[in-house]
Amino acid sequence: MGQIIVNGILMGFIYSLVAIGLTLTWGTMGIPNFAHGDFLMLSMYLAFWAFELIGIDPLLMLPICILAIFILGVLTYKGIISRVIDGASLTALLATFGLGMFLKNLAQFLWTPNYRYINDALVSGKIIKLGNIVLGVPQIVAAVGSILLVVVIVYFMENTRTGKAIQATALNRNTALLMGINTSKIFAITFGITGACVGAAGALMSSFFPIYPTLGSLFSTLSLVIVALGGLGSIKGALYGGLIIGLTEAIGGYFLGTQFKYLLVFLIYLIVIQVRPKGLFGW
Amino acid sequence: MVKNKKAIIILIAIMAILPIFIKSKVVLNAIVLLLIFATLGEAWNIITGFAGQTSFGHAAYFGIGAYTSAVLYFHYEISPLIGMVLGAIIAAIIGVVTSYPTFRLKGHYFAIATLAIAEVIKQLFISWRYVEGATGISIPILPRSATFMERIIYLQFNEKVPWVYISLFLFAVVVFICDYLENSKMGYYLKAIRESHEAAESIGINTTNYKLYAMIVSSAISALAGSIYAQYILYIDPFMMFSLEVSMKIVLLTVLGGIGNIFGPIIGAAIFIPLSEFTRMKLGGSGTGIDLMIYGALIVLISVFQPKGIIGIVESIRNRSTKKKGGEGEVEALTRN
Repeated sequence: MGQIIVNGILMGFIYSLVAIGLTLTWGTMGIPNFAHGDFLMLSMYLAFWAFELIGIDPLLMLPICILAIFILGVLTYKGIISRVIDGASLTALLATFGLGMFLKNLAQFLWTPNYRYINDALVSGKIIKLGNIVLGVPQIVAAVGSILLVVVIVYFMENTRTGKAIQATALNRNTALLMGINTSKIFAITFGITGACVGAAGALMSSFFPIYPTLGSLFSTLSLVIVALGGLGSIKGALYGGLIIGLTEAIGGYFLGTQFKYLLVFLIYLIVIQVRPKGLFGW
Repeated sequence: MVKNKKAIIILIAIMAILPIFIKSKVVLNAIVLLLIFATLGEAWNIITGFAGQTSFGHAAYFGIGAYTSAVLYFHYEISPLIGMVLGAIIAAIIGVVTSYPTFRLKGHYFAIATLAIAEVIKQLFISWRYVEGATGISIPILPRSATFMERIIYLQFNEKVPWVYISLFLFAVVVFICDYLENSKMGYYLKAIRESHEAAESIGINTTNYKLYAMIVSSAISALAGSIYAQYILYIDPFMMFSLEVSMKIVLLTVLGGIGNIFGPIIGAAIFIPLSEFTRMKLGGSGTGIDLMIYGALIVLISVFQPKGIIGIVESIRNRSTKKKGGEGEVEALTRN
């Protein structure tokens, strides 16, 4: 049982990191990004190919993945989102959905639908034993990395001018504009940070998670639910939401069988939303 | 409103004449799918376009309709015509039961809840033995010697043409229902709820009840379309029926056709379904995903360059012509710039 809880928490931190990326754009711009999971998939492929072709370890690829997906995020904003943001919110959402579909199938077209694994990375295959609990080193590294990044993001949001500007824009776009904040630039940065989060998560996960083109759908759906569970735009909410979902998945999968784990994840959301209609920390 | 009715009748008449000239199975197939998805779009339009409650889970009702008629036929040889009606009733009941607690959620929280409900139902169907779980149901095919009466009762035809008329019939009925609804008291109530929930409540509209009525109509129509789809395709499984892709396809063609307009879904479907069928036929089959890649890119392009939907183009042309005459149109055109 201890083992299951630990596994759930470790996975939960990664979910948190992915969801924090999503909650920033969703909270600031009001657009749920349906291509979020596909950014994650691209980052994992980037780590995979760097390892396969040049032999760079996924951990060393971390900064490059962060930067690459940051740029992808900014480009997505400049190329697509900035053009649809003033229209109906459903149109913007569909644009991200179309983008996700494009990326998914681009990956399938370029790299086939096969499952790929990074087997002999620096950390893979190693385990630590604590009493009768067995911990995989890649999972621990990923969880610790996620925690560190979450701390960095929280610090950035609370203590820098840009972070504060993002918060102001999220609260009220027009007022932020009146106060002299370049909201367009802020949106671009937010989208970039979103990308950086999944970029990091992708590099961290690639050493123990199978890599395949459609993995984005699962992570998009899960992170949408996590964000709504925690409350739109709330970093704290995404953090706890990720942990709750990670634990639900692990514990539910153990007691009811793995085929029911996602059923429970979605049920948890539906139950929580009955008590807190705007998510755990939403306002 | 009389103008709307005329346009609908002309549209349906054109669709009804088409099979006489078109013999290509590919085109007929696209027309059948187009009509089924246009029907789904109309159903979604009631709850989202009129009532303003964004649903990302309409695949659930679509799938329930398909499964009800297919399971009854598969296990007990009950005619899909009866199965269809039962499917619509079951979908409406599930729609009410799941929507009642979620209708107090606002905006995105409601949308994600509908998505979660559809996922829960999908997961249930995947591990439900009685409905053959993840393997899916292959609907038993009638022998070649079956008479025409039997074919109608069991809703199976070897040719495409009867399917065009069946799906056209359903679409026509649904369009008239939607047109009636839009101009009825209920339609105005729903639009009031869409514009402002609080204002609607303050003038005495029971918002929860009216949203529920809208959901009943919407989910029942989706289920009927699902039954027809199952009988047409003859094979269903939880992944193709309940997936987020189906829900989003419905959202997509309605929004890009023109949301909140009864012609939106058919315009959207007329563009997107042939497009996806065409790319699938020309480029799919190799399993490389290049067809869906192009399809995805087209979705992005259309939403970027025509964010108000195809109907938006028509309206902007109409505005331009009224602008010349001056008056109200001019004011509107000015404020829009």
